[in-house]
Amino acid sequence: MIAGRGRPAAGSDGGDCDLVQKDSLLPTPRELGAVPGREPLDPDAAISIRGLVKRYGDRAAVDGLDLDIRRGEIFALLGPNGAGKTTTVEVLEGYRRRDGGAVRVLGVDPARGGRRWKAQLGIVLQSGAGDSQLSVRELLKARASYYAEPRDPDEVLELVGLTDKAGARGRSLSGGQRRRLDVALGIVGRPRLLFLDEPTTGFDPEARRQFWALIRSLRDLGTTMLLTTHYLDEAEALADRVGVIARGQLAEVAVPTALGGRGTAPAVVSWTEGGVRRTAETATPTAFVRELAARFPGEVPDLAVSRPTLEDVYLKMIGDHS
Amino acid sequence: MTAPALPSFRRVYLTRAGVELKEFFRQRESVVFTLAFPVILLLALGAVLDYDLGAGVDFPQYFMAGVITAGIVGASLQNMAIHIAGERSDGTLKSLAGTPMPASAYFVGKVVQVLAVAVATIALLLLVGVLVYGIDLPSGTEWLTFAWVSVLGAAACTLLGIAVSTLARNGRSASATVTPIALVLEFISGVFLPFDQVPGWLQDVAAVFPVKWLAQGLRSVFLSDALAAHEPAGSWELGTVALVLGLWCVVGLVLCALTFRWQDRGSD
Repeated sequence: MIAGRGRPAAGSDGGDCDLVQKDSLLPTPRELGAVPGREPLDPDAAISIRGLVKRYGDRAAVDGLDLDIRRGEIFALLGPNGAGKTTTVEVLEGYRRRDGGAVRVLGVDPARGGRRWKAQLGIVLQSGAGDSQLSVRELLKARASYYAEPRDPDEVLELVGLTDKAGARGRSLSGGQRRRLDVALGIVGRPRLLFLDEPTTGFDPEARRQFWALIRSLRDLGTTMLLTTHYLDEAEALADRVGVIARGQLAEVAVPTALGGRGTAPAVVSWTEGGVRRTAETATPTAFVRELAARFPGEVPDLAVSRPTLEDVYLKMIGDHS
Repeated sequence: MTAPALPSFRRVYLTRAGVELKEFFRQRESVVFTLAFPVILLLALGAVLDYDLGAGVDFPQYFMAGVITAGIVGASLQNMAIHIAGERSDGTLKSLAGTPMPASAYFVGKVVQVLAVAVATIALLLLVGVLVYGIDLPSGTEWLTFAWVSVLGAAACTLLGIAVSTLARNGRSASATVTPIALVLEFISGVFLPFDQVPGWLQDVAAVFPVKWLAQGLRSVFLSDALAAHEPAGSWELGTVALVLGLWCVVGLVLCALTFRWQDRGSD
């Protein structure tokens, strides 16, 4: 079965949570990027991972994971709770130490990332910032002052749609407004790489659409993004590529329309004929519809052509790994 | 192309000091709990209790040292333990740890907050003491003793508070743990009643902790030297006060350095 599937999300990764902050050890050959039996790290990638291993006790939460994320791309990491998603991302962010493998984030080993490295990252955590007595603008100005080249806090407020809440105290915001504040805090430092951990949980559909537009505008500004989400429509709408993580390894990496053989899977054509709903599965839906069109004088009644949804292939994929 | 320079530590320290002052003074609960509570204690106990201390000293004069001790402990030990544990639980600390903010800036902000709250509390207590009870203010070099005992006591209690915040499971448990501990320490350290009325074995227990020495150092400031005879050693023992508080600073610093975490234990 998939490790940890069906357990509560909180604490499912367990274990220690040391913050990796300081340089300590001299690099070993392995840390310099040579992982036996694997390709060398990609120096041009925003994120390059080879053979990542993270154990909690006897259990390997991440067990030999390989991945390259290109600069400028939006990459969505999907996977059930306990599959190693959060652990992987927290290793990349510098929050957790790895037990094996090589990792480079913007060319730097996260276990040695200093202030300069952190200044190039934006991290939107699942938990978000806590209650604050500071106003939204004050929070953003304070956060901006830690960075070398911050964005103008007022521009960021505009970008996330919180301009009319600039003077409101952090603790008085609604759930969706707080999440937008979290994103604002994540991008005010002008990050080259932005981590988004389930950013739209608790959003209403309209707020999610607005958030997606924000993410696309950040992409247009050249920001690389690593998104983890449970919403497959979100991954499909935003991501250039998606990766499915299961049992601590990447099961597949593909563009959303091709994941799990979606692009070449049989299409389902359905229509109404003689008052009866008919469906047919076909590998050649265009030819099928052409034939169908010839049988009807005008429009084919209630015609629909569908491919397996991302959700269908995702559920099948994590099911196969159980 | 050279990377743009990160802001100076000084600039980030100033930002953090501003953040911590706003966070504290805008939160009604913390202001009432930390600032007003000692004043209420002074007014309530000063009106009720009437110990005969001899040498023409009434209870409010004796109690000034105690209530200022309680004020300093509240501003440092309790404030740090409760609020840092809260900031760890609600993700504030984790979020900060993911930024280029130097870790030292967080602690500088906290120290500025403790200093500001302690000074405000002490000023308020002195004002109420003089206006309501006509207490005698320190004079001459007593102010100097007042200053170093307060600073050293606050430093020891701040470091202990930070260490305690790490031992607590979360913000709520920190509050439930540290408040009774502080009250008991204050009680057995002669904050609320003359120290010579505390049973001897409890005096010995109290002598292990910094609160007793902070209170004793402050008594030397507010009471005439004739009353030093009531102290266990028959004197104010200012050298021992400095030594014990200094040792607790070292112990607290080591504990903080070894145990401080930016996330709750076992968090996702």
